[in-house]
Amino acid sequence: MRRIRSSVGAAALLSLGACNRHQSALSVFGEEAATVRHLTIVMLIGAVIIAAGVAGLMIAAVRAPEGRLTLSGGMRMVGWLGGVLPVVVLLALLLYSLPSMRPLPVGANDLRIAVQGEQFWWRVRYQPPGSPPLLTANEIRIPVGRTVQFDLTAGDVIHSFWIPGLAGKMDMIPGRTNRLVVRATKVGVFRGVCTEFCGLSHALMAFDVVAMEPAAFDAWLANERRPAAPAAGTAPGAQAFAANGCAGCHAIAGTPAAGLIGPDLTHIGSRASLGAGTTRMTREALVRFIKDAPSVKPGARMPAYPQLSREDAQAIAAYLESLK
Amino acid sequence: MKRGFHGMVARLKVTLWSLIVPPTVWAVHFLFSYLWAAIHCAKVGGFPRLPILYAVGTVAALAIILAAGIVAHLQSRVPGDPAPHEESTDSDRIRFLAFSTVLLAALSFVGVVFTAAPVLFLTDCR
Repeated sequence: MRRIRSSVGAAALLSLGACNRHQSALSVFGEEAATVRHLTIVMLIGAVIIAAGVAGLMIAAVRAPEGRLTLSGGMRMVGWLGGVLPVVVLLALLLYSLPSMRPLPVGANDLRIAVQGEQFWWRVRYQPPGSPPLLTANEIRIPVGRTVQFDLTAGDVIHSFWIPGLAGKMDMIPGRTNRLVVRATKVGVFRGVCTEFCGLSHALMAFDVVAMEPAAFDAWLANERRPAAPAAGTAPGAQAFAANGCAGCHAIAGTPAAGLIGPDLTHIGSRASLGAGTTRMTREALVRFIKDAPSVKPGARMPAYPQLSREDAQAIAAYLESLK
Repeated sequence: MKRGFHGMVARLKVTLWSLIVPPTVWAVHFLFSYLWAAIHCAKVGGFPRLPILYAVGTVAALAIILAAGIVAHLQSRVPGDPAPHEESTDSDRIRFLAFSTVLLAALSFVGVVFTAAPVLFLTDCR
């Protein structure tokens, strides 16, 4: 009895995965993902019907008296049910699913977002038509109802770009640009992940996807273009940032920091997560990441700074947190 | 006319060489599909709206497979010769080869259709 209860409990725990609305191909917010979900449901229903039919035939075959079918009758049955029917069903499924493989049309006036996979973060560059590009990292915002083209590539090893609720996955290959065209249909905060093993922190390489109303998106983009505006009283943090050489790798627009090795930090305080979707953006998480990034993200190129005092780390964290 | 056709079919004895005609046509059509798409993507940057050359190639492949299948089917049927056909005789050997050719032709026909359908549906080189 206890064993049954614990098995039922384990099964119930497993089913909790279905409550995920954040990163799930079943919780869709884009046109392509909706098509894929529809196709999945149709195929699942078809598979259940075929499995039930095969099981029914098997039972009938076992129960049928000997000699029920002649040799030629049996051969004819195998020919129709084992040859012709599968071909017809597969051809029907192929013709039914092919239109969904057609990519969304994209025009010259649509927003382009270039995303480059790095170990273990995302370099993001917005390229709105007619405006200069905008560099940011580890968070992607898209306007609902507008077509967006992602230009995907990688800076070091092969990564793969997947926002399950928006569209299918697409590889990011160094030296090559793959295009993925999407259109979001629902406002919300979702999550994307790297789906090609790329090193020690592959499982910690994710990002937040924020689907916004077009007007809100335009306002956000205009705000992102403004240089960082640190809050009053964070000057010690800015000094510590400069004195400890953080600018060698990181850029903060409006300051001398212009490093391109690590993620752009211009508006890091407005991001929901830290370390490419690894932890929530809190002061404590920032301090820990600044002092010892490899303990949060093994294999990350940012080294640990054991010589950095806790006060300096906290000052830098306060400074970064204020960059909104 | 029919007698003439049957006479011609009877003269076209199935052999191991004629057995491999349908799968070879399937393989050549498969290669043709890739080459056709690759050349269009490299030279033009997209698929043509009316892929006449591809349609002609596909119809030709299907016609050859169909013809090989019909000839083999006619040769596999010898009226008034009941089963089993498992003796080491010329007649049983030809029947075996012919029936194998019929099955391979059916498989190759389906294979060519399944290869051609995505090419005709897809319009984009991405």
